[in-house]
Amino acid sequence: MTTLVVEDLLRALTPRVLTTLVRRYGRFEDCEDAVQEAVIAAAVQWPTEGVPDNPRGWLVTVASRRLIDQIRSEHARREREAALATEAAPAEPPDTDDTLVLLFLCCHPTLTPASQTALTLRAVGGLTTAEIARAFLVPEATMGARISRAKQRIRAAGSSFALPRGAELRERLRVVLHVLYLIFNEGYTASSGSSLHRPDLAHEAIRLTRMAHARLPEDGEVTGLLALMLLTHARRDARTTAVGDLVPLDEQDRTAWDCALVDEGTALVKAALAGPALGPYALQAAIAATHADAATAKETDWAQVHALYLILERVAPNPMVTLNRAIALAETEGPAAGLSLLATLDGDDRMAGHHRLLSVRAHLLERTGDTAGAYAHYRRAAKATASLAEQRYLELWAGRVRPPRGHREEVS
Amino acid sequence: MQFVISMYINPAVLDALTDAEKAAIGEGHGKFIEALKRSGELITTQALVDPSQAAVVSVRDGQQVVTDGPFLEAKEHLGGFYLIDCEDRDRAIELAAQIPDAAIDGLGIEVRQVMFADGPLEA
Repeated sequence: MTTLVVEDLLRALTPRVLTTLVRRYGRFEDCEDAVQEAVIAAAVQWPTEGVPDNPRGWLVTVASRRLIDQIRSEHARREREAALATEAAPAEPPDTDDTLVLLFLCCHPTLTPASQTALTLRAVGGLTTAEIARAFLVPEATMGARISRAKQRIRAAGSSFALPRGAELRERLRVVLHVLYLIFNEGYTASSGSSLHRPDLAHEAIRLTRMAHARLPEDGEVTGLLALMLLTHARRDARTTAVGDLVPLDEQDRTAWDCALVDEGTALVKAALAGPALGPYALQAAIAATHADAATAKETDWAQVHALYLILERVAPNPMVTLNRAIALAETEGPAAGLSLLATLDGDDRMAGHHRLLSVRAHLLERTGDTAGAYAHYRRAAKATASLAEQRYLELWAGRVRPPRGHREEVS
Repeated sequence: MQFVISMYINPAVLDALTDAEKAAIGEGHGKFIEALKRSGELITTQALVDPSQAAVVSVRDGQQVVTDGPFLEAKEHLGGFYLIDCEDRDRAIELAAQIPDAAIDGLGIEVRQVMFADGPLEA
């Protein structure tokens, strides 16, 4: 049994083992630590000694023992310790599927997004603290402190281990999906640093979203988010050159897109669009599917892309959506129309000096023939981004429209 | 997101402080470091020796030249920094404002996002 197979098995088993423990003992905070220790022990033992016949039972037993040890070392009250000890090793723990409950708990609204993502990856995703720390480029101690702080906050909030209901379920599901989206995004475009792809995080986000989709197949937004991830992930190999430079959508080699992911994503979009209400993830997935549908960039159905952005703007108004609509509008009605729409974003504090606004304006100015304006905006955009790959890409574009020598650079 | 919070010190300003004020700065940093460790936002912090101990290195015609200038003549010097990992820029600014130096005229705190990082995070 290879380490990789063991790793996959452990990641899949982690939420089930953890929920079994929490159901039995309560104390989510301590159970989570105990399961993490059991998982680490298994990751060391199983590849050399073989996977036990009942891996889940093994993990439950080891984690329970760790939990009891932990409570003993905390000098817990004698009665409580005794009660736990007698319950310690039932023959076969019942395997009720509480993964969703766990996911909702880890995405508790009192936590910050950084804590929600870290805790979700550890408790639901089965990653070790060290792996999560590496993925987010922080020391293990920093990540460990963040995770234990998150668990303390959940305990302080007095959260019960049950699925929220009704309106609260919808509101909490929105947070859960946002956390999954953030994990995916972090894997797809590193918010800072030199590496554009962090495939492990994207892969984990897809795995966790599949898990949620399997449990909530009727929810259009869960379906939409999974579709959006698959359609975006399908382009990963075409998105950068061998040396890590960004390749824009219209210049990507579409034969390098992953057909299986495109097909799966497209089928999910159809299912999501057939539902009663269109949510932002389903709409974004529909836009990605429209791009995937075009064999070449020239064949893109920009009218449909524009129409979908218009609906998205109504469903979830956001300056970034308007920005994207301006790109589609420039394709259907020309760059001047796109620039007029961009002008409406100038007063928005969220967009002022944002590198995306600057770079889109640069592209459109270039298309109107204003190379001096395009040059100035590419340069400003390059200065404003925190991603080295994006900076290189924008400097390259600035170089292509560089005004002749002696021209005075105007940077407002 | 990772940020470097740099502390620019002015030795003349620091010298003019009373012993109690100096002690309060030290204590303030200690509390700040503890809080950052607990919240899981601290990556590392380092303080630098007095600028009079700095070496300015240049290579001219293949020859190494070490001097103490020209930066020594500046009034403000980099005194140390915090490398933090936090939610967003607003949080980084909120944290920077908790550093005792921020409340003292003549000392400066600068917050900038990290763009590239390499090397092991833990020794």
